[in-house]
Amino acid sequence: MSPRQLAHFVTDEPFDTAQIEKMDAAQERYFLASQWQLMWWKLKRHKVAVISAAILLLFYGSTLLSEVLAPYNLHSRHTDYIYAPPQPLHLFHEGRFIGPFVYGWNYRLNMQNLKREYTPNRQDVQPLRFFCRGDRYTFWGLVESDLHVFCPAERGQVFLLGTDRLGRDMLSRIIYGARISLTIGLLGLTISFALGLVIGGIAGYYGGLTDIVIQRIIEMFRSFPELPLWMALSAILPVNWSPILVFFGITMILALLDWTSLARAVRSKLLSLREEDYCIAAELMGARPRRVIARHLLPGFMSHMIASATLSIPAMVLGETALSFLGLGLRPPVTSWGVLLNEAQNINVVALYPWLMLPVLPVIILILAFNFFGDGLRDAADPYK
Amino acid sequence: MLHYIIKRVLLMIPTLLVISMVTFAIIQAPPGDYLESYIAELESQGESVDKDKIAFLRQQYGLDKPLVQQYVHWLGGILQGDFGYSFEFDMPVSKVVGNRMQLTVLVSVATIFFTWLIAFPIGIYSATHQYSWGDYGLTFLGFLGLATPNFLLALVMLYFANVYFGTSIGGLMAEQYIGQPWSWDKLSSVLQHLWIPVVVIGTSGTAGMIRRLRANLLDELQKQYVITARAKGLPRAKLILKYPLRLALNFFIADIGAVLPSIISGAEITAVVLSLPTTGPMMLNALQSQDMYLAGSFLMFLSTLTVVGVLVSDLALTLLDPRIRLQGGHQR
Repeated sequence: MSPRQLAHFVTDEPFDTAQIEKMDAAQERYFLASQWQLMWWKLKRHKVAVISAAILLLFYGSTLLSEVLAPYNLHSRHTDYIYAPPQPLHLFHEGRFIGPFVYGWNYRLNMQNLKREYTPNRQDVQPLRFFCRGDRYTFWGLVESDLHVFCPAERGQVFLLGTDRLGRDMLSRIIYGARISLTIGLLGLTISFALGLVIGGIAGYYGGLTDIVIQRIIEMFRSFPELPLWMALSAILPVNWSPILVFFGITMILALLDWTSLARAVRSKLLSLREEDYCIAAELMGARPRRVIARHLLPGFMSHMIASATLSIPAMVLGETALSFLGLGLRPPVTSWGVLLNEAQNINVVALYPWLMLPVLPVIILILAFNFFGDGLRDAADPYK
Repeated sequence: MLHYIIKRVLLMIPTLLVISMVTFAIIQAPPGDYLESYIAELESQGESVDKDKIAFLRQQYGLDKPLVQQYVHWLGGILQGDFGYSFEFDMPVSKVVGNRMQLTVLVSVATIFFTWLIAFPIGIYSATHQYSWGDYGLTFLGFLGLATPNFLLALVMLYFANVYFGTSIGGLMAEQYIGQPWSWDKLSSVLQHLWIPVVVIGTSGTAGMIRRLRANLLDELQKQYVITARAKGLPRAKLILKYPLRLALNFFIADIGAVLPSIISGAEITAVVLSLPTTGPMMLNALQSQDMYLAGSFLMFLSTLTVVGVLVSDLALTLLDPRIRLQGGHQR
């Protein structure tokens, strides 16, 4: 407005009735964005959730490349290095920069208490090699290769996290164990997600007696203390099943007890959504229940479902870890973090070889990451709040 | 009120019935019946099989009858305090179990009180100091508590106790009291040992409860009556103590239902690690040796404990909260 114009200046342009509702570009972008876009913008602002998502991506990405990332194979045994402690990584040898290297172990069997004693040999410098040839493996059971991201020096060894009672490298085993521990959560979640959607959907959509019966069943499921029931169920898996079958059995057991909270969430969301006008309209136009549920109701609460599903993965990972720790879950040669921890069950072992407890760390990090990410996702699922 | 209580107790019966069916199904699941595996085990050890005893047991536990009859028989036995026969220990389950169940109840109840004691002040602090550093720190600690599995915490504590104090912190009483009748000395010894499992089992429940209490209190604090009371000049501390906190108290009772199953689950696995004389280690043992009557009665006991605990919390809530109480007696 130029200074010459008077305050009561009236333009002679025709009055645009939509003028007050005009938005600037940013507003328009916000209001026209799809729900997923809005969720993404909101999630991006939640820093902890983004970091957690990055960690989760790293973890899951590593399962694709376990063979390459691990310096040794899952079952490579080093009989000269049984219960070897973790080797610290050094960069300088006698003030000279060498790059990442470890000192070799001097091994002595203490004849008085039969303890294996390892002392670092300060003369024996073993620099790590990178992108090198090491143990042979079949990548994903398809391609033969021997490429590793890092391997020990020629005629040397590297056990950054120590070895177990058979002289197997803990780091490699943890990397391989991630495969099982991480997939069991996803696999179990898929099953319980499907169960929860279908059962909760039926209860919420039909309501009435169906709803009451399903609600009662869910309550009964929830009144079982989870772990003892898991223990009992996994104990009755036939002993002669192959480890792979046991893996699927355990996944089923975890999933079968986990769907209840999802079903509840689906039901309560459905109950409120089905009263919406657009649902009644669809019904009046003759849409079948299946179409109403799948086309009109599901998109309405999918984001919520995904958020609560993320929050229920940790319970399954923990369940598997607990069962395998107790020796009722997965069995070697299938290796998960729980199976690794099974070796650390005894306080005498733990006191002598504390590095056997190390698989605890990835478990805790994973669960924290899932919790924070799920929390951020849940906030983001309500983008208009 | 009475109407509500009766209805609530009656509702418990079908739940317990279903639990017993599931338990029985689990007992029955392994192939063959228990006596067959028992005989096989005896024979593999080269012992002679006492035919009369087998026949007696078969008849006693109705193993020759159809499944439904066996179930009724088993359930009837439980109602009369006969939990079946433990083949591993070669005596009735009720004798094997001894006071392990009492100790499980003791540990669980103590854990609930611990959970309350810790969650209450922290939850209030977090809610009243929302987004302060204290709140963030406590929230993170809470998350950590949620994320750390009980048994791992137990292991880590065992390890550090061993490294720094050179002692073992397992067990639930000093050795000389094991198998002794209850006395004051024994009780004090139990109390001295009790805190470790209680802390270990309580962490995840406490963390969850803090989060829920904080969310609940935050909702309450935004309500208009709080603003009104502040506007009329009520001091903040007095206001919080007098109104929102009383509502939060109800929540504490109601939350037992959510915490109890996880406490009982946690108690089982922690007991295995810390080798407590509760149901945990024995149940694990029974499951591993497929001594199914013993395992089944533990499962039944733990589930019943959960259901009854939730019932008690519901009833206590009814007593405390007039909103629920009045709804219950609405029919008049």
